[in-house]
Amino acid sequence: MSTETTPWREYFGSRENQSQAAQLGMWIFLGSEVLLFANLFVGYAVYRYYYPEVFVEASHHLAAGWATVQTLLLVTSSLCVVLAVHFIRSGRAFWMGVALLVAMGLGLGFLVIKGWEYWKHWEEGALPGEYYRLAELPERGGSLFFTLYFLLTGLHAVHMLVGLSVLGWLVWGALVGRYTAEYHVPVEVGGLYWHLVDVFWLFIYPLLYLVE
Amino acid sequence: MNPSTAGSLAEPDYLNHETTVRSWLLTRDHKRIGVMFLVLVLFALLLGGVFAMLLRIELLTPGPTIMGPMTYNRVFTLHGVTMVWLFMIPAIPSAFGNFVLPLMLGAKEVAFPRLNLASVYIYAAGAALTLFGMVWSGADTGWTFYTPYSTTSPTAVTPILLGVFIIGFSTIITGLNFITTTHTLRAPGMHWSRIPLFVWAIYGTSVIQVVATPVLAMVLVLVALERVAGVGIFDPSRGGDPVLFQHMFWFYSHPAVYIMVLPAMGVITEVVCAFSRKNIFGYRMIAASTFGIAFVGFFSWGHHMFVSGQSTFGSGIFGVLSMLVAIFTAIKIFNWVATMYGGAIDLKVPLLYVLGFIFLLTFGGMTGVAVATTSLDVHWHDTYFIVAHFHYIMVGSVLMAFLAALHYWWPKMFGRLFPERWAFVAACTIIFGFIVTFLPQFLLGNMGMPRRYYQYPSEMQWLNVLSTAGASLLAFGFGLIGIYLLWSLRYGKESPANPWGSRGYEWFSASPPGPHNFREPPRFEREVHDYTVSEAPHVY
Ligand code: HEM
Ligand SMILES: [Cu+2]
Repeated sequence: MSTETTPWREYFGSRENQSQAAQLGMWIFLGSEVLLFANLFVGYAVYRYYYPEVFVEASHHLAAGWATVQTLLLVTSSLCVVLAVHFIRSGRAFWMGVALLVAMGLGLGFLVIKGWEYWKHWEEGALPGEYYRLAELPERGGSLFFTLYFLLTGLHAVHMLVGLSVLGWLVWGALVGRYTAEYHVPVEVGGLYWHLVDVFWLFIYPLLYLVE
Repeated sequence: MNPSTAGSLAEPDYLNHETTVRSWLLTRDHKRIGVMFLVLVLFALLLGGVFAMLLRIELLTPGPTIMGPMTYNRVFTLHGVTMVWLFMIPAIPSAFGNFVLPLMLGAKEVAFPRLNLASVYIYAAGAALTLFGMVWSGADTGWTFYTPYSTTSPTAVTPILLGVFIIGFSTIITGLNFITTTHTLRAPGMHWSRIPLFVWAIYGTSVIQVVATPVLAMVLVLVALERVAGVGIFDPSRGGDPVLFQHMFWFYSHPAVYIMVLPAMGVITEVVCAFSRKNIFGYRMIAASTFGIAFVGFFSWGHHMFVSGQSTFGSGIFGVLSMLVAIFTAIKIFNWVATMYGGAIDLKVPLLYVLGFIFLLTFGGMTGVAVATTSLDVHWHDTYFIVAHFHYIMVGSVLMAFLAALHYWWPKMFGRLFPERWAFVAACTIIFGFIVTFLPQFLLGNMGMPRRYYQYPSEMQWLNVLSTAGASLLAFGFGLIGIYLLWSLRYGKESPANPWGSRGYEWFSASPPGPHNFREPPRFEREVHDYTVSEAPHVY
């Protein structure tokens, strides 16, 4: 193929420089992602202030136990990604692929639980906006809580899907032998993205499930 | 005049080394991408301009003139949406930033060329969706999409919101690319204290872009969701809070005015140096004030909400923080004037636009301080005074700088000279037309004419007629520019590599530059715009 897919682009001058550029670009992107979520966190803060009791009541409709399991899954998967980066730094592409596959499995597990939770909400009528049908909680506040809940967890789930495809793409790259001890920028950068997804959850989890 | 072109004439340049349509559509060359953006934003300017003329014609008479009130609401919304989101925000960074920033740094490329190409298509897709909304039924919310009206309006607000949302991604990508490029692709010898001030301006802008745009993106999605699924975040009847929208919107959109103005200031700095034949007075001050503006810009959004019921204390704080921006702006203005002072002024067309810029920015900035004074703003809020204020400062500065950049870099981009005399006439027409268009609007606002109104008492007619007359002059000036620039592409004299004798680093390349910018890596052995050393013109 063209020079685009060869790992080193001459105009960067040096390999270190190219890797630095990729990392910097990713960090900036992650920063902007944080701000994207920040809106919803601000919204959460505002409406929690307006409807404190309703928000606490509503959070009891969420499955905090399962969320804890999800948290464990995600944190472990992040650990696997760290391992993958560690492996490829010493050139062990096979083990990198294995670590990433485990991470993906854990991520999928997370999404399955999330899907099951959504299903429960659907049955219960704990839905956002005009679909809200939960009788035991006042619609004012209650519907806002579930709106924010679905937005936060939904946006997070979308990011997980993107993250999973990134990991899948990295595994494929490991299979075809694209990454070596010298060239592994995409693994590091893709790993960063996965950590970000993890970190978002570490904010969402206490905010939605644990706060009393 | 300049012997430096000898030898470079026969070499392929970025325009002609490949000429297929495909080679343009799939290009990763930042110069071609800059040109593509230039074409797109010029189209947006034309569209927004047509809407503007329709508005001004409607306001010629106190009663109905050429359209009904509903149409009027849509036309001013579409004017604002097109001008702000499709033209002013991307214009200078995406078009000229893409073209000259790598040249100025001595780079062959931007850091992420593929993303850069993607940003063109994302912009185009967003613009297409916006246009689709316009054709479908338009929107009547104003460019600010204030809730709760925007969540209930029966017009095509949703596609327009999503269109603007998509354009936001293009902005973020462009900003990310420029920041990374500046950090990693500077040629040897280009240390931080030598970076041209246009690059600093674009860098500062990029920071705002990546910080502020996601907030806007999310808030637009929320409004769209509210329309589609009734999520009730902003709808008071569902327990939501419409003022929250205003906070989030202005958290982006106040800094957004600096996304528009900072690049403009960067252009002005380059042009001032080139035509005063002097290096900038106060390089550090100019660079630092860029970041001062960017920083303070994030803490002044509340001045748009003085009458929204926020606390008087809060308003006072926001008012004072807003005024700080005026200090940083004044630093720049004094430095430009100090650069011209004692310089060998060469009053060419780009410098003419600089003078227009300085006048409009100063005047608009001073009215900014006035409206940041809470007690005064209560009188002027939502009147034509505000319309005049932001047109002076925002439109005035972006337009002047855009035109300055267009004329200054035209020979670099296309290798042709434009006819000076026509350009001079057009510049005078535009500057004069601009002042005549918007000065009366200050008076109208002070008399109490509300913005976004379709009718007005007949005592106000003469000022409106004056304003429309000015707008016609503006339109005429633009027509003229369009004609002679297109003409010059074919019949204009071929330009030497450095027609202005500028010492800006981008002129180290040929005009137009070769496909890889430079034949050999350029050497930066002097400060940018250093006119004290005599330098044999050299094209790398
Ligand atoms: C430097 C560039 C500036 C730009 C591009 C700019 C742009 C704008 C725009 C677009 C609006 C109208 C928003 C709307 O549609 O409602 C506006 C309003 C306002 N501007 Fe500026 N502005 C600038 C500088 C300033 C400065 C320096 C101040 C204060 C010292 C200021 C104070 C205000 C205030 C208080 C309003 C709101 C007035 C109201 O709505 O009642 N602006 N500005
Ligand atoms: Cu503002």
